[in-house]
Amino acid sequence: MNSVYLRALTANEPFAILAAGGILLVLLDAIAGRRRNLPWIWPTLAVLAAALARALAGAGGSSAGLIMDGFGRFVVALILVSAALTVVLSETHLRRIGRMRGEHYSLLIFSAAGMVLFATSTDLVYLFLGLELLSIPVYILSGYQRGSQRSAEAALKYFLLGAFSSAIFLLGIAFIYGASGSTDFAVAVSGNGKGSGLMSAGTLLLMSGFLFKVAAVPFHMWAPDVYEGAPTNVTAFMATAVKAAGFGALLRILGVTAGASQGLPLATVLWWLAVLTMIVGNLAALTQSNVKRMLAYSSIAHAGYILIGASVYAGTGDAGALEGALYYLLAYTFMTFGAFAVVAAFGEKQNEHLDMSDYGGLGWRYPALSIAMSLFMISLAGIPPTAGFFGKYAIFKNAVQNGQTSIVVIAVLNSALSVYYYIRVVVTLYMRPESVRVTAGRSVAIGLVVAVCALAVLWGGIAPEGRLPGGSDLLGSATRAVLAPR
Amino acid sequence: MSFAPGLLSLVIFLPAAGAVASLLVPKNRPTIGRALALAVSTATFLASIQLLVGFRADASMQFVEDVSWIAAFGIRYHLGVDGISLFLVLLTTFLTPIVVLSSWSDVAQKVRAYHAMLLLLETGMLGAFLALDLFLFYVFWELMLIPMILLIGVWGGQRRIYAAVKFILYTMVGSLLMLVAILYLYKASGSRGFDIELIRQTALSSKEQWWLFAAFGLAFAIKVPLFPLHTWLPDAHVEAPTAGSVILAGVLLKLGTYGFLRFAIPLFPDAAIAFQPLLLALAVIGIIYGALVAMVQEDIKKLVAYSSVSHLGYVMLGLFSFNLEAFSGALYQMLNHGLSTGALFLLVGILYERRHTRQIADYGGIAARVPLYAAAFMLVTLSSIGLPGLNGFVGEFLILAGAFGENRLAAILSTTGVVLGAVYMLWLTQRFLFGPMRHAENQSLKDLGRREGLLLAPILLLIVWMGVSPRPILDRMEPALRSTLTRVEMSRARDAAPKAPIPLPDAQAILDDERSPR
Repeated sequence: MNSVYLRALTANEPFAILAAGGILLVLLDAIAGRRRNLPWIWPTLAVLAAALARALAGAGGSSAGLIMDGFGRFVVALILVSAALTVVLSETHLRRIGRMRGEHYSLLIFSAAGMVLFATSTDLVYLFLGLELLSIPVYILSGYQRGSQRSAEAALKYFLLGAFSSAIFLLGIAFIYGASGSTDFAVAVSGNGKGSGLMSAGTLLLMSGFLFKVAAVPFHMWAPDVYEGAPTNVTAFMATAVKAAGFGALLRILGVTAGASQGLPLATVLWWLAVLTMIVGNLAALTQSNVKRMLAYSSIAHAGYILIGASVYAGTGDAGALEGALYYLLAYTFMTFGAFAVVAAFGEKQNEHLDMSDYGGLGWRYPALSIAMSLFMISLAGIPPTAGFFGKYAIFKNAVQNGQTSIVVIAVLNSALSVYYYIRVVVTLYMRPESVRVTAGRSVAIGLVVAVCALAVLWGGIAPEGRLPGGSDLLGSATRAVLAPR
Repeated sequence: MSFAPGLLSLVIFLPAAGAVASLLVPKNRPTIGRALALAVSTATFLASIQLLVGFRADASMQFVEDVSWIAAFGIRYHLGVDGISLFLVLLTTFLTPIVVLSSWSDVAQKVRAYHAMLLLLETGMLGAFLALDLFLFYVFWELMLIPMILLIGVWGGQRRIYAAVKFILYTMVGSLLMLVAILYLYKASGSRGFDIELIRQTALSSKEQWWLFAAFGLAFAIKVPLFPLHTWLPDAHVEAPTAGSVILAGVLLKLGTYGFLRFAIPLFPDAAIAFQPLLLALAVIGIIYGALVAMVQEDIKKLVAYSSVSHLGYVMLGLFSFNLEAFSGALYQMLNHGLSTGALFLLVGILYERRHTRQIADYGGIAARVPLYAAAFMLVTLSSIGLPGLNGFVGEFLILAGAFGENRLAAILSTTGVVLGAVYMLWLTQRFLFGPMRHAENQSLKDLGRREGLLLAPILLLIVWMGVSPRPILDRMEPALRSTLTRVEMSRARDAAPKAPIPLPDAQAILDDERSPR
């Protein structure tokens, strides 16, 4: 049995490349010893690029429970791009705090490897392996700023709650295995235990694990504190890559039973969670004066919008719902990452300038960063012509087509609410007087990240069906691949 | 077609290109930026004149551009101009250079961004008037938001941030519900697209129409603004810089009434008839309430803002009287209001620049000091209260005559609004321009300068010309209005004779007739 798993893992080329790359970086770090101020960024990016190239080429094949199909390629690409952006963003931060070590980069790569596994498996053993592998490095990275009390608090909080949710996830796996005798979810749901109470309980516990990772209500409590306390580059990684991996795994598991009637009213459960997540996230974000906390609650709210797509997909198995959720994830990744990158750009070593009022008048002193920040806020608020608008459009359109107009009305009212706190950032940047002297260092690396995100957000808003350069229709093949076998 | 294809795209995107260009002007050379904005907006106006020259007075869509934008969702880049949108487009392109000229010395801070926002706003407004695809319309509709709140919030008065946020929240609630309605229409069309022609041919039950009209109507009614959704308007107007007020009153509010005329009424005629009593009642309340509140204002800008509520009430009265006189009057009144209220805000701004106060009590007796200014102010006032021979009379008369045929009570009540309008405007001029000179500061008040005269003269000329000779404009409007009206009348005829519905081919023939190129 061991060898079967091992063979499958090594066949998943992107995963194998990342795992090997991570180990190599740890070794290099040990060899480098005291001469630690090395350009770690280049080997790290090389590893990520190699994994991305193999993933896009469709390498990794498919074995039972571990599928690198179009859907997998899409989510893996999203994860790896987000990881690459994090690597570039980390450069400036690590230099600033004087801890330019290889360990930071190898942790990022290990986490990315876990995410790849998490998003490409239907076998519960791989899922759990992926979950742990993606989580543990992120716990450490959250506390990477050792001198900072907040950073340590964030790490501890995230670790305790995360370990708890992993345990619940594992319990769910045990239930499912107990009910069906298989660890492959696709086999388990159609096998002996089909529709049994134990099976349903197991599935619900499994869901709670995913929902914890994507910070959906009621498993969202950790997000604001952890997002606020963690170094901004790590927060950006958590808010985008972790969420992409969580939704990737959730959607894939939902895809197994999508549209089929079974004992568990998953679509209804997700419907209510979507509503609650949107409302809680948006209402809480309204009152935040700390930019990172505001973005944390905003990311909860966005999980709610994506859950609409997940709910419709679970209920109907409609490809459009999956496409909407994936497109939203794409848009969300770039706009959120961009926003955190701007927050990182405004931060200084002594003062991170997380208080919204510190942004007063910066629009006129840092025009490029501020225009980009405004663009991200407009996109997060869902105002055209931005990627965020088309993300909402794709999910809402599909929900209306499937007769779910009521949840769309709830969602747009939530969006109207969210305009208030997103626009507040723009208002502060351009209309409030300068309150403190912010001296953002000119960092080429951060500028690059912001520019990439801004272009992606604009491009997604003007040509939302635009193909990648090279002509591959990643999104289309993502949805086709998941639906094809069923 | 003898005109260059893509004329509409040129008109829409020339200002946007100008916006980008004005950001690239060197920071320490504001005059270049102003000249650039003036040149671009004037060029846009000249280009839009070509639309008038080449326009045929029939109901068809002209200068049509129709290409696929996002094929996967059936979204088209579909533009066209007809008698309804033609003059609103011209109003927009006409007012923008005037507004740029008006802020020549007034706006000294962040000049580049100011012009960029003004021109971007123009692109949004023109696009919204010309879009024939609901999705495209929505995109342009939303595109107007950001420039407008920045204009209010950055270059506005004391409580500008409050006003800007209030403006965007009001607008977003309405427009997002409209988005849901648009998505619903997409589904109803069989997921084929958002094209207005396609939606017209989509069969909708009365209940569906009711909800869709409510969603579209809310978005438009907030923009109009219809009583009781008007409370954002006085704040926005008072805090906005002069240019913002002129654009807001002159063009932006018209997008609400235009939305009713272009989308809500013809697409959901059954619901429009069902909502008629409610909307007529709100229009009449708005007319009287706006006039009464305007009467007691101390701040001139606020007075003009409330007078807008009253004037737009007339437009709504005309739109929901469902006959040709009232329709023509409503559309004509939209133009009148754009000109006269725009001019009033300009005049208030000119004086504010000199004295930095807008309190009526701070003036008085200035007519002798600034005779040209006083003459211009009087002319605009008379236009605003509908004196025969000036433009306001034509619109108000047509609306009231049409409304009388539809709903006598509403017409009679609204006529009292005409009297009240005369009261508050004439009382304003009495306290503002005439009487004894009460403040020594006003002794040295300067009359209109050359630039100020230059920017007011075209508006004043139009006010007189449109009052003396309305026919050329009305003739171009009427065919398109008649075809919109047909939709309502067909629906009424169906209601009146449920047993023998109007045969469908008739409707189809009309639609075909409209679409056939001539």
